[in-house]
Amino acid sequence: MNEYLLRTESLVKRYGGLLVTDSVSIDVRPGELHAIIGPNGAGKTTLINQLSGELHANSGSVLFDGHNVTALPIHDRARRGLLRSYQITSIFEGFTVLENTVLAAMGAKEHAFRFWRPMLGRPDLVKVANEALAVTSLLPRAQTPAAELAYGERRQLELAMALAAQPKVLLLDEPMAGMSAQESAGVVALLKKLKGAHSILLIEHDMDAVFALADRITVLVYGRAMFSGTPDEIRNHPEVKAVYLGDEAIG
Amino acid sequence: MTTLILSQLLNGVQYGVLLFLLAAGLTLVFGIMSFVNLAHGSLYMMGAYFAATAFNHTGSFFLAIVAALGGCVVLGMVLERTAISRLYMRDHLDHVLVTFGLVLFFNEMAQVIWGTQPYFLPVPAWLDSTVDIFGITYPSYRFAIIVAGLLAAVGSHLLIHKTRLGMLIRAGSVNPQMVGALGVNIKMLNALLFGIGAALAGLAGVMAGPILSVQSGMGEPVLITTLVVIVIGGIGSVSGAFYAALIVGIADTMGRAFLPMLLREVMARDIANAAGPAIASMLIYVLMALVLAIRPQGLFAGARK
Amino acid sequence: MKTTNTQANPQTSLQTGRRPWQAGTLVPLALFVLLAAVPLWGLLTDNSFYVAFFARIVIYAIAVAALNLALGYGGLVSLGHALFLGLGAYSVALPAFYGIDNGWVHLLVCLASCGLAGLITGAISLRTSGIGFIMITLAFAQMGYFLFVSLKQYGGDDGTSITLTSKFVGLDMGGVYTVYIVSLVLLALLTWWMARLRVAPFGMVLRGARQNVRRISAVGFPARRYLLVSYVLSAMLCGVAGMLLANLNAFASPSTLSWIVSGDLVVMLVLGGIGTIFGPLLGATAFLGLEEILKIFTDHWLAVFGLVIVFIGLLGKAGIAGFLESAGSRRAKGAPRPAAPGAARKGVEA
Repeated sequence: MNEYLLRTESLVKRYGGLLVTDSVSIDVRPGELHAIIGPNGAGKTTLINQLSGELHANSGSVLFDGHNVTALPIHDRARRGLLRSYQITSIFEGFTVLENTVLAAMGAKEHAFRFWRPMLGRPDLVKVANEALAVTSLLPRAQTPAAELAYGERRQLELAMALAAQPKVLLLDEPMAGMSAQESAGVVALLKKLKGAHSILLIEHDMDAVFALADRITVLVYGRAMFSGTPDEIRNHPEVKAVYLGDEAIG
Repeated sequence: MTTLILSQLLNGVQYGVLLFLLAAGLTLVFGIMSFVNLAHGSLYMMGAYFAATAFNHTGSFFLAIVAALGGCVVLGMVLERTAISRLYMRDHLDHVLVTFGLVLFFNEMAQVIWGTQPYFLPVPAWLDSTVDIFGITYPSYRFAIIVAGLLAAVGSHLLIHKTRLGMLIRAGSVNPQMVGALGVNIKMLNALLFGIGAALAGLAGVMAGPILSVQSGMGEPVLITTLVVIVIGGIGSVSGAFYAALIVGIADTMGRAFLPMLLREVMARDIANAAGPAIASMLIYVLMALVLAIRPQGLFAGARK
Repeated sequence: MKTTNTQANPQTSLQTGRRPWQAGTLVPLALFVLLAAVPLWGLLTDNSFYVAFFARIVIYAIAVAALNLALGYGGLVSLGHALFLGLGAYSVALPAFYGIDNGWVHLLVCLASCGLAGLITGAISLRTSGIGFIMITLAFAQMGYFLFVSLKQYGGDDGTSITLTSKFVGLDMGGVYTVYIVSLVLLALLTWWMARLRVAPFGMVLRGARQNVRRISAVGFPARRYLLVSYVLSAMLCGVAGMLLANLNAFASPSTLSWIVSGDLVVMLVLGGIGTIFGPLLGATAFLGLEEILKIFTDHWLAVFGLVIVFIGLLGKAGIAGFLESAGSRRAKGAPRPAAPGAARKGVEA
């Protein structure tokens, strides 16, 4: 019934006199990868925070999978299948890669008021976690404490945790931040595999990646969704070039 | 009856002013250095002991005050440079451990040096009378405490809002890293802050000495009440500490004085006699719980990090 | 699908995937065996002094294990656990005052009062974080202290002696051998449960909250709810220790609720190793043992003790358990390490 899996309606967020999110209405269709680009300070992370539930908008609504989730806190949205990854890696340093991922798999589906049997003794959760680790190429590192991972691997773990929750919509906040060209290429390949089965809202600065992956692109400037369209439309849009992309050939 | 109410009210203000002296330094240390200083009560105690020792050797209350202030500033800054400053980067549990150990140490050393009996610090002769205020006679000494405390409050307000040091303090409470990055000698600032807090605690110790007894362990009950003040006022806010200290001081004093009496009016005598003191002693904590339930950041929370 | 050998096999060992027979496990287990032998020694020498001494250690170990649940696993720095210890003690003293010596009644009063107190104080305290949380738990315990001091009819400041100790199915907890054996069995069961809990879903969520509270909510577990449950459980277990203590001493007094006792519990836990399984036992033994040793040398042992605690705080916090862990370590690759030192909880956001 819904053409959109995730939609915002006139989302507004103010910090005192500063308007950070200016009546933003965007949406994500099932199976698509919708990229958000824009200059620094445009309010992209703030927007994701409102979508994930960590920040309450001043007005406007967030609709997910047919329900109005605007009032729901982050853990409720996570359980319904709206998951996010963080721009600044946020994992459980003291746990192994596998424990991190199984925890994420468990969090999406059940409560944790179980006090006796080991979490890792649940074959169904471990299976889901292993699948997520396989997809993000972290399986060989499953027993490694997360604190010992290299930077790129930690970003992978961020993704793995989001995937282990078997999300309907993924909110990815600059997953390729700080990665080498080779690592980024790996993530692009991964995201190409994932979209279709998952719907993705992607914030990224890496323009090559964006144009390789996106089905739709929205440009956010000073908190407003200024332009929206297919990669070709955006690439050739004169105002977008002026505001953000510059005149060099892209993609 | 009004005499009783008025004098208890003044007692409450006097208690509140003492609490403010302790709370002011402590809340800054909490707010700016994010340091849990459980040993603040020990500084208060040492101030009382320094004063009593000085008085017993010289007979001069003025010198007693000097000894308390000076001694506590030195003690505070030494503590800060040797132990405390190593802990800023560590988590609160480490602060708790170190300052808890210091409390035990100071309490025991006080007994070693000054013995277990309360040490005598009398009301100075020139204050050992009464004043007429609001139509009642009130002990001059307690009135002097109120005046001194209010002066300290005004002084700290001027310091924080009208001086460069105060500006650094306010900046530091909002963004300590930035202040350091701007080239301010943050180490000196921290040591100074700690020293000022220690001095205020010492002053409170001196002033409280003649009223309460100077003995080992006197600091901790007052410290915990001070924590209640800070929670109610808002961590990091000196003006919040002032208003909260007055509220707590008055509520506690009036509660203990009148609650048992009030309860006897409405319920059976023996229940009131049992419940009255019990509830009165819990009053300020219930107040704290209410404030937290409604406004967790404190009633007068100012700039937050 | 055959899994590779890097898959986790969670049932490999006694505790959290480490190889079982190392110093970290052997020393505490040996300690348990020694403790089990204490009553025999007492009977042989016809001297119950050491039984009473070690009973105190075992009972405090239970209280510290309770604290470990909230602090070690959940990261909640509570400086007010003496409140629950005291409530547990008075759960025996007050009914006994009125002639009730049924142990089950005492237990019910204990669990109910500690559960309720834990729920209310926990819910309020969890509205803050960091410094605020520490101060508030301290304040609530102080409130309890003043409450019992003001109850003059039950002894007030002087405390109240307990003539009717708890009686369960033919066992009188007032007997020193009885309370010792019951306490040791309880400690063993509690330690075993905490070992299981550490890697069970609830324990993993708590430990996750301690490491990264924002993330645990993001993953789907509302942090505050889980932390509150851990706090209430911790309170009730600590109350049980208080019950045992009251029976051991045949006495209950407000001094059990003092801030010093709260601080002692925290020190014991840090000394033994926060978040570890045997930390509570090791810490209680070391703390109370050190106290006895220092008392031999000087009347002013508290000053030395205070300095020792200062040094423990300055030096960092792997504790005895952590030391044993690294001393006897031939860790399997990638096995989980003991709780990272210094990783106490910083804050609970909305």
